[in-house]
Amino acid sequence: MSPDTATAAAPRPKMEARKLQIAYGTKVAVKDVDLVLPEKRVTALIGPSGCGKSTFLRALNRMNDLIPGATMQGEVLLDGESVVDGRLDAVELRRRVGMVFQKSNPFPKSIFENVAYGLRVAGMNDKGLLLERVIRSLQGSALWDEVKDRLHESAMGLSGGQQQRLCIARALAIQPEVLLMDEPASALDPIATAKIEDLIHELKAKYTIAIVTHNMQQAARVSDQTAFFYMGELVEVGPTEQIFTNPREPRTEDYVTGKFG
Amino acid sequence: MKLATRKLVGAGLTGATGAAALIIVIMLGFILWDVVAGGWTRLSLEFVTQAPTEGMTAGGIFPAIYGTAVLTLLMTVAVMPVGVLTAVYLHEYAPRDSRLAELVRVAVQNLAGVPSIVFGLFGLGFFIQFLGRNLDRALSAEGVLRFGQPALVWAALTLAVLTLPVVIVSTEEALRAVPREWRDASLALGATRSQTLARVILPSAVPGILTGAILAVARGAGEVAPILFTGVAYFLPDLPNGPFSQFMHLGYHVYVLATQSTDVEATKPLLYATVLVLLSLTFLLNLIAIVLRARTRRAAAAGT
Repeated sequence: MSPDTATAAAPRPKMEARKLQIAYGTKVAVKDVDLVLPEKRVTALIGPSGCGKSTFLRALNRMNDLIPGATMQGEVLLDGESVVDGRLDAVELRRRVGMVFQKSNPFPKSIFENVAYGLRVAGMNDKGLLLERVIRSLQGSALWDEVKDRLHESAMGLSGGQQQRLCIARALAIQPEVLLMDEPASALDPIATAKIEDLIHELKAKYTIAIVTHNMQQAARVSDQTAFFYMGELVEVGPTEQIFTNPREPRTEDYVTGKFG
Repeated sequence: MKLATRKLVGAGLTGATGAAALIIVIMLGFILWDVVAGGWTRLSLEFVTQAPTEGMTAGGIFPAIYGTAVLTLLMTVAVMPVGVLTAVYLHEYAPRDSRLAELVRVAVQNLAGVPSIVFGLFGLGFFIQFLGRNLDRALSAEGVLRFGQPALVWAALTLAVLTLPVVIVSTEEALRAVPREWRDASLALGATRSQTLARVILPSAVPGILTGAILAVARGAGEVAPILFTGVAYFLPDLPNGPFSQFMHLGYHVYVLATQSTDVEATKPLLYATVLVLLSLTFLLNLIAIVLRARTRRAAAAGT
């Protein structure tokens, strides 16, 4: 996608961070970040380890609330509405903004129960409805063909790549609007990684996606927009092609060309 | 050091540690052999199903078996909910730098170090004199003692207080062992904290919680001192007919047979056989709990 078509499409902002600042105790992890996630686009967050990109991502569904001592200033908007001032509580927010973690973390339950989990806690009990959603979610994460004969076997028996796609299915089951992915393929082999990347391409039709990655090629392959974080600051954000071929900031260029990081 | 010396030291250490480890096996073997050899001949179906007769120089020990089993069961029912809930509060709900949680932990540690006879006196003072007498004052007719006297339920509650630290510590251990990733996953899917607790954390902590139950039962079933003043009886012709009756108990029965007998020679085989039954009962309770734990652990790991 060229920069021109990206601006021509002009998707509306789905999520937005304004002057977002996050600290662990006195250590500031994210400084004054303004970033828009355009609807039904993939935004890649790149940068060296410890640059604050994962912390930023976790602020979007308020997972940082769970870390003792973490404080947050500034604003996070979902569809223009603040998610931090208490009008939208964390549980409701997380139903609309799903998350896939770096390490695949299926529950020690059956494949079916893993995918159904988010629906069950939201109060869905109808067996037929649950099954329908589970099937659709597993199809959506390209896992259905591999597990359709063993839905009631333990999820712990799946391979690493399958487990990660199960976690994606689990996140999709509650039909979120935004999907946050924290290095979803960093622990996977190249084939499993390729499957996840293909999946991201398909998911973009329905979901707004933000993905943290250490892999430059991956960011270039899957994303429409790339944001480069360094030492807690958002150095540069722009269409992926421009960030990788013609960055404005020298620090961005050094990083994407592999001079450091 | 020369090679020969080093080898000698190595062999010496292996020998010393091995011998130290062997001592415990030998002691256990000796106890078991002595008990089995002494009690085996006296053991019979009548012995475990009949009440003692002729001033406890003949007959069986069924009331004591029954009393021990019911006491241990009641204790478990009382201690598990309180212990598990306390641990859940400490580990899941208490703020990280909570003064109250700190206080509870200190109390638990100190409770674990209190001699068991002190629990017996505490049970007498608190449950019987205070709680029981006040219940009588409120509910019973003038001058009648229904609650304010030694009884099965007071003894069970005293034992529950005694075993509480064991349950709290092992439950907290079990909660700590639940991977953080599962909590994160659950919360990220829009589950509340209590849903996460009920659906993810507690189910995977069940094997550890059962370990706590095993330890509590193993500790509680053999204790005599805490029940001495709170409910156990020297001899009862009938089985306890409710939680406010007194009861007979294997451990106390052993003590009675060993020290209060009018005919030592006649009592001796009975004594051996009673000890054998007490050991077997404790062993059986442990075995049941271990099998139960192994099963739930397999199920928890497999997730079916």
